[in-house]
Amino acid sequence: MRVSNSLFWVLIVAVGTVFVVASRLTITNEYFYFAGYVVLEYIVLSTAWNILGGYTGYTNFGTGAFFAAGAYSAAVLHKLPATLHKTFDITMAPVPLPVMIVAGGLVSGLMGLGTGYLTLRLRGVFFAIATLAFTIVVQTLIVNWDYVGGSRGIYIIRPANAPLGGGYIQYLFSLMTLLAVVSVGIARTIERSRFGLGLNSIRDDELAAEASGVPTLRMKLISTALSGALMGMAGAPLPYYVTYLDPASSFNLAYAVNSVAMPVIGGMQSWIGPVIGSILLGTIQQLATVTISSALNLLIVGVLLILFVVIAPNGIVGLVQAWRRREA
Amino acid sequence: MTAEAGPPLLEVRGLGKRFGGFVALEGIDLTIAKGERLGLIGPNGSGKSTLVNCLTGTLHNETGSIHFEGKDLRGLIAHERTRLGLARSFQLPKPFHSMSLADNVRIPLLYTVNARQRHALSDAQIDERCQELLSHVNLADKARRRPRDLTQVEMRKLELARAVATQPTLLFADEAMAGLSHSEIEEILAVLLRLNEEGITIVLIEHIMSAVMSFSTRLMVLVAGHKIADGPPQEAIRNPEVERAYLGE
Repeated sequence: MRVSNSLFWVLIVAVGTVFVVASRLTITNEYFYFAGYVVLEYIVLSTAWNILGGYTGYTNFGTGAFFAAGAYSAAVLHKLPATLHKTFDITMAPVPLPVMIVAGGLVSGLMGLGTGYLTLRLRGVFFAIATLAFTIVVQTLIVNWDYVGGSRGIYIIRPANAPLGGGYIQYLFSLMTLLAVVSVGIARTIERSRFGLGLNSIRDDELAAEASGVPTLRMKLISTALSGALMGMAGAPLPYYVTYLDPASSFNLAYAVNSVAMPVIGGMQSWIGPVIGSILLGTIQQLATVTISSALNLLIVGVLLILFVVIAPNGIVGLVQAWRRREA
Repeated sequence: MTAEAGPPLLEVRGLGKRFGGFVALEGIDLTIAKGERLGLIGPNGSGKSTLVNCLTGTLHNETGSIHFEGKDLRGLIAHERTRLGLARSFQLPKPFHSMSLADNVRIPLLYTVNARQRHALSDAQIDERCQELLSHVNLADKARRRPRDLTQVEMRKLELARAVATQPTLLFADEAMAGLSHSEIEEILAVLLRLNEEGITIVLIEHIMSAVMSFSTRLMVLVAGHKIADGPPQEAIRNPEVERAYLGE
């Protein structure tokens, strides 16, 4: 059955709403919200990564930079009312978290646009190395920026009351569900569009795409900006989730590794691949953290990544498609 | 189709291209009339593909000017030149390997033909056109297959179909027959001749002399980045400089 784009949007918004309402009605232990938030965050990150990595063919190891840029944008906006009051005696209401998310998206989107210009000269492994180096540059800037706490980090006090009722973690969980719905919807819309086909042509052969009339640079810029913006939006609620933001954790390599591993394991050719990969790996990691050791997380990811790259390079979605072809 | 009198379709003056200290092309003058079938030959490394790359915008020429249908192409990048009507096929086929053959030809229809026209083709019209383009090169029955399922000659045909899908005025066929058998060469020649009959001016870059001689109405010879002959094929290959370049002193 072929589901139209508008119907798909209706369906995922409905699924997201039911998911949030059901969780509020059934889950009482806050731990599940904390764990679920991380899995949802990875759905956003891996879906965003896949727009550039899976659809366009540019491997980005700089997820940490875009994610942290979103988090630090939120931290700056969190401090802004107090700073304005102290310096200029201006009274400003606290900035709502949804506004911080939009701001984080804008900052990381602009960073993504800048990264897009790297694709003028860098492809393949060189682009990947450049994005890794980019993370180090952004992290160094943050480490030396005293306003946001520099290397020692910054404490963020959550607002006393959460909108939508319930505790603040439930609010964060609801917002991350919304972001996951939006990012999956965007990815699926791109995948089924003329724009998506153009991105795929760039991934397959950039010279041939250009010779076929595809404006490759413009499309890569849109792809990097959109991917970066979604990563930044995923990072913006982080200060309120951890309540203590420092460069070491917000630029953690785990974000980059997971956001690459999840689409690879799930399957990079389709929007559902990163979702499957995130739910699978995210859940395994959360289970391993509470049952064995949190240090085991990246080991699990590494082993699974190697297995999938060798045995099923097209991920779980690829395996299912191959099985269906055999059955047909 | 015979060359038409009137303003040239493509006019190149003093084109030059360097790669660091290596002079790949120098002082190339070239005029192509509408409807012509130009053969472009030269030994390996003579600058044939570099010339095509400069003309189609894949490479940037440092010196000289290129005018296409009277329009200066300076500053226009590859996809903009494609949209003007300059198409190319690649020496090594570059199919979109993750897509079906239909989608391979759909890309230029979406991004060139629809970008050029005020009224974009509908999805149904595009589907119909994809099928038409593939049947022109006898690949219609494989429209849903992937390029990996194709033979070498079919891959070359797909490459041509994708270039033709841009509805070009001028087509550069870069070694479209390399590695093919005699009968397969005949197949590709037939496709190219038909395209020319349909009004597409064609520049054939090729090493297979029998194919070039039977196809071309004019022959241009490049050696070490310089044009050493340009004229009717039989005259051009008897040029002493051309004989020296191919047969030695």
